[in-house]
Parts: sequence; C-alpha cells; structure tokens
Amino acid sequence: MNAFWIILTGSLVATCCSLLGCYLILRRMAMIGDAISHAVLPGIVIAFLLTGSRDSVPMIIGAGLLGVLTTFLIEFFHKYARVQSDAAIGVTFTWLFAIGIILISVFAGQVDLDQDCVLYGEIAYVPLDLWITEGGLSLGPRTVWTIGFVTILIIAFILFGYKELFLTAFDSGYAAAIGVSTSLWYYLLMTAVSLTTVASFESVGAILVVALLVAPPATAYLLTDNFKTMLVLSVALGIIASFAGYYLAVWMDGSIAGAIATITGVEFLLAFLFSPSRGILINRKLVQPVQH
Amino acid sequence: MKEFFEFFSFADANVRFVTLGSVLLAGSSAVVGCFTLLRKRALVGDAVAHAVLPGVCLAFILSGTKNPLILLIGAFITGWLSLIIIDFITAKSRIKEDTAIGLVLSVFFGIGILLLTSIQHSGNAAQSGLDKFLFGNAASLVGEDLIIFSIVAVLLLTATVVFYKELKLLCFDEVYAKTIGFPVRGLELLLTTLTVLAVVVGIQAVGVVLMAAMLITPAAAARFWTDKLGVMLVLAAVIGAISGVSGAFVSYTAPAMPTGPWIVLIVSLIATFSFAFAPNKGWIARIVRQRLNKKRILEENLLKLLYQLSENKQDFHTPRPMHELLDKRSFPVKEAASGLAKLKSQGYLEKIKDGWVLTAEGITRGRRVVRLHRLWELYLTQYLHLASDHVHEDAETIEHIITPELEKRLLVELNFPILDPHSSKIP
Repeated sequence: MNAFWIILTGSLVATCCSLLGCYLILRRMAMIGDAISHAVLPGIVIAFLLTGSRDSVPMIIGAGLLGVLTTFLIEFFHKYARVQSDAAIGVTFTWLFAIGIILISVFAGQVDLDQDCVLYGEIAYVPLDLWITEGGLSLGPRTVWTIGFVTILIIAFILFGYKELFLTAFDSGYAAAIGVSTSLWYYLLMTAVSLTTVASFESVGAILVVALLVAPPATAYLLTDNFKTMLVLSVALGIIASFAGYYLAVWMDGSIAGAIATITGVEFLLAFLFSPSRGILINRKLVQPVQH
Repeated sequence: MKEFFEFFSFADANVRFVTLGSVLLAGSSAVVGCFTLLRKRALVGDAVAHAVLPGVCLAFILSGTKNPLILLIGAFITGWLSLIIIDFITAKSRIKEDTAIGLVLSVFFGIGILLLTSIQHSGNAAQSGLDKFLFGNAASLVGEDLIIFSIVAVLLLTATVVFYKELKLLCFDEVYAKTIGFPVRGLELLLTTLTVLAVVVGIQAVGVVLMAAMLITPAAAARFWTDKLGVMLVLAAVIGAISGVSGAFVSYTAPAMPTGPWIVLIVSLIATFSFAFAPNKGWIARIVRQRLNKKRILEENLLKLLYQLSENKQDFHTPRPMHELLDKRSFPVKEAASGLAKLKSQGYLEKIKDGWVLTAEGITRGRRVVRLHRLWELYLTQYLHLASDHVHEDAETIEHIITPELEKRLLVELNFPILDPHSSKIP
C-alpha cells in the first residue's frame, strides 16, 4: 500500500509539472521555472512559522504568492535596474533560497523542515501522514489530497485557458492583436507554476521539481510536433518516471525523488538518441540538392 | 561582539586559515564568473555547480575515501561533462539552451542525490561529511584540504591573468578573435575548464546549491560600477572576498549554521545595493538623469517657443505672458512655471511686468534649438525621403540631443541650407 501512495503522489506531481513545463520550455522560460522553485522556500518557511502546519491552504497561497513575487523581482531587476536577464534570474533565486535556508537554520526548533528535505523532499514519508476524520475514518495520506487538489486546479486551468495559453506561448503578437492580455496570462501561468512548486515541495523538493518541469516536456518535444500530443505525452512520461523511479530507489536504497529525476534524464537520453523523427542515431532521409 | 574581535584580530591560527581559504575560494570564483557573465552564459555556472554532486559521490563510491584530491577530480569530470552535454543538446536538437541547462542541472543533481542518499543509507562510516557539499562549510576548511583548494584557486587566478587578453577578446568580440587567428575553440575550452574548476573549489565554501550565486552575483554587482574589464575583475574579487570572510565569521561563531546561505545573502545585499545606487548605471542614478533630461527638454522647448513667437517680426523685446505660451503649446502649467523661473535665474530670460523676454543668451540658445529642429526635418526629407508632414515628431526629439559636431556635419551634408521643408527659414 505504501508503494501505491508514493507512486500516486509522484504521478500527481509529475502530471502538474509536465503540463506546465510544456508551456515553460516553449516560452524559453525553463530557468524561470527553476528560479521560482527555489524562491518559494522562504515563503514556505514563513507560512510554516505563522500557521504551524504544512498542508494548510493559507500556506500554499502565501508561498505561491512569493513565486509570483519572484517573477516580479526578476522583471524589476531586468527592466528597471537593467541587470542582464540571465544574471537577474541567478541573483534573485539564489538570494531568496539562501534566506529560506537561513530561516530554517534559525528556527530549526520550530519548523519541521530540514535542509535535506528542502533539496529532495520526503516522498517516502507521504504514507505516514494520514488524514483521519473525527469519526476515525482514514482518508489516506494528507499530501495526496493536497497535490490532488492542485492537479485538478492545473488541469482545469489548462482546459479553460487552452486557447489563450496556446496563443500567448506561440504567437504573443497575434494574441495581443485579438485582445488576449499577454501579461495576464503570463502571470497566471507563473501563479500556476508557483502553486505546483509549493504543493510538490515536500514530496520532491526544490530542485527535483525542476526535473519534472523540464525533462518530460523536453523529451515529448523531441517526439512530436503536435502541441496536444506533447502535453499528453509528457504527462505519460512523467508518470512512467514515477513508477520506474520508485523501484530504482528501492533497489538502490536511495532518495525516491532523486531516482525519479534520474529516470526522466534516461527518458530524455533515449528520445534524444532514438526519436523516430529527430533522434540523432536514426538515419533520416536528407533532401539531396538537385544535380544539374 | 567579543567573538567579533576575537575573529578579526586573527590571533587564532585556525581563523587565519579559514579566512584565507574563504577569500581565495570566493574571490577566484567571482573572477571567473565575470567572464561567464559577459558571455551571457551566467546560468551555465548553475548547471555545473549542480552537476558536480554526482561526480563527488561517484569518486567516493569508487575510491572509498574522502581524499579531497580524488573527490575534486570526480567533481571536475562530471562538471565538465555537464557543459559538454548542454552544448551538444543545443547544437544537435531543437531543444533551446535554457531548457538544456534546466534539464542537465536537475537530472545530474537528481543522480547526485540518489547516489548520496544511497551512500548515506549504506552505513559506511567514512561517508559522514559528504553532505557538506550541499551547503558548504567554510569552518571545515583546514589542513590538507585548505592547501589543495588554495592551490587550485591561485592557479585559477594565474590563468586569468596570463590569458587576460585572449579571454577579453573572446568575451567582447568572438568573430574578430577568430579572424585574427585566435584559437577560439581552445579558448572556449579553457574558459569552460576554468568555470568548472571555480565551481569545484567554490562549493567548499557555499555548497553546490548556491554556487551559482558566487559566479553570478559578484560579477553582476561589479558590472554596475565600471565599464573596464580589469577593474570589474578586481571589484568582483573584492566583493566575493568580503562575502567569503563574512561566511567564515558566521561558521566561526555558529558552527551549526551552513555558511553558504550567509555568504550568498551578504553578496546579494552588496549586489542589490549596487543595482540601486551605483553612479551612472544604477537605478537611482538613471531616474535622476531621466528627470534632469526631462527638465532640460522642457526648458529648451520654452526657449524655442519664445524664439518662434518673435521670429517673424523680429520683435524679441515684446514680453510674452504665460497664457500666450500655453495657448501656443500645451505645457504642464506647474512645470512650465518652474522652468521659466529656472531659465530666468540662469540668465536666459527676463521678466517684464507679466511677460517673459529672451535675453541675448536666450535668443542664441532658442535659435539653436529651432535650427537643429529644422535641419533635422530637412535631413529626413532629403536623405530618407520622408514626406514633409511626417518629420516633425522625430525632429522634436532629436533637437535636444544633437551635439555641435553633429550639427556641423549636418550643415555640410545639407550644403548649408536656407529653408526647411516647410519653407521656414533656418536661422
């Protein structure tokens, strides 16, 4: 049963991350996703200190807001202080992440988070924290409910905003011309990324969220040219990685989240080498120049 | 406070070593970071930093010891590999660079975490302390480790000094470097190697997760104070060193604290201060400059208007009341009033009863603005073949910018014209 809950959690995290990741990599914002995933840490710690629990809604919202603040801060450094854009990202997220770690060290007694958990989560402990109703009925692990709720939110967001998200990612000029607010959808997307990061944080940690945000979509991107196929494919790849990662981790007696990230890397490597349309080891018929 | 004096008196030999080590580590990564920043590849350093972890773990698994030299070699190999893979993926597929960086960073780090946790669970007693690589601990820099890492740091600094000219050219004009026969490929490789080495030694102080900050942040801060590469390198090294010392101090007073985050916090504060307050390039300086320019433009527009009003009848001594000016052109009233007062104090205007009159200097300056405006309109119609009713807006902006040298060249270019496209006389 434990394996089931862990793999379910992994798959739910992978679903949210892969879906949003597709938009991030097409917008060339993979590193912004990376930045957000680091920068929500102080938000999580502060919310934790204030509310005293991990799974409360205010905590997710508070920390999610910090993710959006990060994008504002990066934009501010870039636009107003004219810091080169990659440096703006680098400075912002390392700084916020450092504050988060310091807060954890200072309030070590009061915060049930440690530095390692921040890095690679504690997905193995997911089945231990059960949600038990007052009547004594066990409803399964608390984390599954939280991340499940976020997954439904993200899927709903993509279903309802499909057209707008698609247009703003592929042709923002056209989107603006037909009256779709590009900045509104940009910030909505960033909010969704922050929410997902916060909800996934305790199960897979800050850096491995990035693996699930970037690797499955990048793999799918090598396999298809159709965007809808890419969304579905990357979710499938994410779920496969959760399954395979769990068993790899059991076999090696190591971190499950680390193993999931390793598998997403293996998937990418396979697609990179053997993708039917773009694999570098697959012979493609090249168009020969016409001889005269 | 007592600890503060204890630490900074450097009486304790241990303190001296730790301080020296932190300064060297932080300083050398800051110097290398300048080059990666200028090549717009700042985030690549982040990927290398994370990719170092599996190397450290593999080296430990294979050798079974924590000999710094062996771990360093392992770290070096995977760090280098990550850079090669990023370049390879970007070159050989349609994956963009940012995605490739994110991918390599997280997957390598994932592998590293998997290996690290696996080692920790294996119950091997020798492994304790490997996790220091995650967040760094300057206090553990003693004895043999310190000597090895300091040697690498000094090597790094020497290499940048020796290849200073070549690296400079690589950063600023790669194509030119290629044409004059520089081995650009080799230099790129050198810079890659330097970056990896900087990361490998830097993680001792700040750990893999925050290493990116040691490469990016001092360089980004230094960039705001100067346009000279040499000065920038020294400044970045100093900023890095200051944060390194403070990190050592923190790990001296609170050994349980990870040093990395403190070093990063301090270096980020210095950087944010630089972004905001650096003269010329800083945010505040730019806002001030924009305000001043706006004021100057308004004043020049006032002088221009006064000149134009009197130009036809040459009645420069007729006083023009404020409302007449506002009828002709919509100025914001308050700003116009303060602009007029300022021009008066500078001697360009005189106030007679209720009206304003240009002084001799005022006439000269007003005439110059009008002349530049008309010259530019003429230039646009003659050389860019724009219709004469399309050129006013453009001239309205550029009239405040043209320098006397440009003015001379325009005159020559247009063959000392008399009339502008609207058949007004060019004064």
